[in-house]
Amino acid sequence: MRIINRFLCVVLGLTVALSGCSQKANQDEILIGAYLSLTGTTAAFGTSSSNGIQMAVDEVNVAGGVLGKKIHLITEDTQSKPEEAALVATKLITRDKVVALLGEIASSRSLAAAPIAQEHKIPMVTPGSTNPEVTKKGDYIFRVCFIDPFQGEVMARFAYESLGARRVVIIKDVKNDYSIGLAQFFTETFTKLGGQVVGEQAYSEGDADFLAQLTAIKGLNPEIVVVPGYYQESALMVKQARGLNMTMPFLGGDGWDASEILEVGGAAMNGTYFTNHYAADDTSAIVQDFVRTYKARFDNKIPDAMAVLGYDAARILFDAISRAGSDDPTKIRDALATTKDFPGVSGTTTIDAQRNARKAIVIVKIQDGQIRFHAKVDPL
Amino acid sequence: MSEFIQQVINGVSLGSIYALIALGYTMVYGILRFINFAHSDIFMIGAYVAFFAAPTILDLTGGNLFIAGPLSMLLAMALCSALGVTIEKLAYKPLRGRPTIVVLITAIGVSFFLEYGGQLVFGPDPKPFPDLIPKANVIDAGGVVVSSTPLVVIGTAIGLMLLLRWVVMNTKTGTAMRALSFNLQAARLMGININKVVSFTFILGSSLAAAAAVLYASVYPSINPLMGVFPGLKAFIAAVVGGIGNLVGAALGGLIIGVTETFVTGYISATYRDAIAFGILIIILLFRPAGLLGKFESERV
Repeated sequence: MRIINRFLCVVLGLTVALSGCSQKANQDEILIGAYLSLTGTTAAFGTSSSNGIQMAVDEVNVAGGVLGKKIHLITEDTQSKPEEAALVATKLITRDKVVALLGEIASSRSLAAAPIAQEHKIPMVTPGSTNPEVTKKGDYIFRVCFIDPFQGEVMARFAYESLGARRVVIIKDVKNDYSIGLAQFFTETFTKLGGQVVGEQAYSEGDADFLAQLTAIKGLNPEIVVVPGYYQESALMVKQARGLNMTMPFLGGDGWDASEILEVGGAAMNGTYFTNHYAADDTSAIVQDFVRTYKARFDNKIPDAMAVLGYDAARILFDAISRAGSDDPTKIRDALATTKDFPGVSGTTTIDAQRNARKAIVIVKIQDGQIRFHAKVDPL
Repeated sequence: MSEFIQQVINGVSLGSIYALIALGYTMVYGILRFINFAHSDIFMIGAYVAFFAAPTILDLTGGNLFIAGPLSMLLAMALCSALGVTIEKLAYKPLRGRPTIVVLITAIGVSFFLEYGGQLVFGPDPKPFPDLIPKANVIDAGGVVVSSTPLVVIGTAIGLMLLLRWVVMNTKTGTAMRALSFNLQAARLMGININKVVSFTFILGSSLAAAAAVLYASVYPSINPLMGVFPGLKAFIAAVVGGIGNLVGAALGGLIIGVTETFVTGYISATYRDAIAFGILIIILLFRPAGLLGKFESERV
């Protein structure tokens, strides 16, 4: 027993000593924390945005850093779980003493971590959380993407005006704030335009069997099926729908954007549409430069929207730090709030009074196994 | 009406996969009186074996799915049998005769080892599973579309279950299995080689799990190291509903859970799917504590 006690003492002593070391911030560095889903059901989101952030960090460090200091990035994995997001955000703030946070992509997870950032007065910039509630958590919470009321409206207008749909069915993830919100905003605009949502179906993140829902949807015979969910379940769903001879277009949101949607869905995805932050085949120089650098660095992989947003979020944060002239979290917050016309890869970004980004939305179509630019809608 | 028929097919197809997994739980319980929680992860490994082997097998057979599909499944069944026996020898056999709770916790440990070891080795991201079942619409009339997939799933499951029944009822080892589940000590005294029969039980259970995995991944073509958790849980419920320890009960329980889930999702909402599935479990256990076909046994003292 005594031996065990002694052993525990040594372990505890080591833990304290080691954590003591990690807490000491280097004076020549600015500590930034990123918390992202590197594993789990939406691992593609976390991995892509982490790549984008890493690229931005390396570029700025090669160019001499920010305010003459190097950026030191600490990335933590949320395992695609909200409770884990809250945990690692707390760890980054209280133990690593980061001056700003980047993350999460999924709204459910940003919503779990935002109150913690707000409480400690650490500015948080989410690259891809589009649910409006996220930035309502407090004045330290920002985002560099559009929000779902706008996305839902664009999807509804596109379904009604461009695809000519009058009767649609929505199938949403009932455990996911993003999916529920987007479904609601779509419905609001679509019914206002005169269309009809003839049915709603539910599923939960991680489900693989959608045959029951799809069979029920098939019975309603809608012109379009709207799937405001994430790529993993959406791809399986479309694939199973095609197996039931359902040939209508499927319409998704930015949660679809990951190369996995093509890998899992395959040919079944042809003829589907989704709204997105950018299209890789956009011909503007800033996009093409980014795509080229990204591909050269990450195995020739085409960057998805989350990679672009990660890159933009990090650069907007660095821009704010340099305009603030200090790495004090409150001053960074004030500078972030005044971001105006920042030339991001995902479009020119202005942070509005609600700390949301005002920017254009892109509609893409999947055709011949590739994601192609279809249309662009500017903010209202 | 056509929607109803379609839902029945969906439900029976899902249910027969649950049934195949449930058989593994129920056989091990029948003989060793503990729940092998690692069973759902053997299921997962089965899917990965087929995933890694399929490209080579497809190459060798020139893409002929009628040969490549069964071949991938047999390979998965063989490797998972080996894995099941290894787990039994390394983790459970040294604990035989100890309190059940010890073995149970060990089983949970093995399950975690396979799940997180799987994340380490295979990577945590979902992988797209190749098409191993020839795709065609067998029936396409009056709004009912029956593709080859559910038919192959249901047919394979029924075939394997009949084969299992034959093995258990008509072979010497099967008779020994039944003797063991009746009374382990008495069977030992009659000169039955317990270790051999237990290994054989794990071979049967694990190979059925592997077959179920290949079918499951063919219907829902995306696999990840935690994919076994939910089907495993549902199959476990199925085994309990049917009467754990009873083979026909496990198959029946699987069908009940699969069809119920499908109907709740299709006609009510997926939100209540699990609540209703577990609700059925509670109601059945209230009226028949030993499950639908289980025999009530007083605790041996």
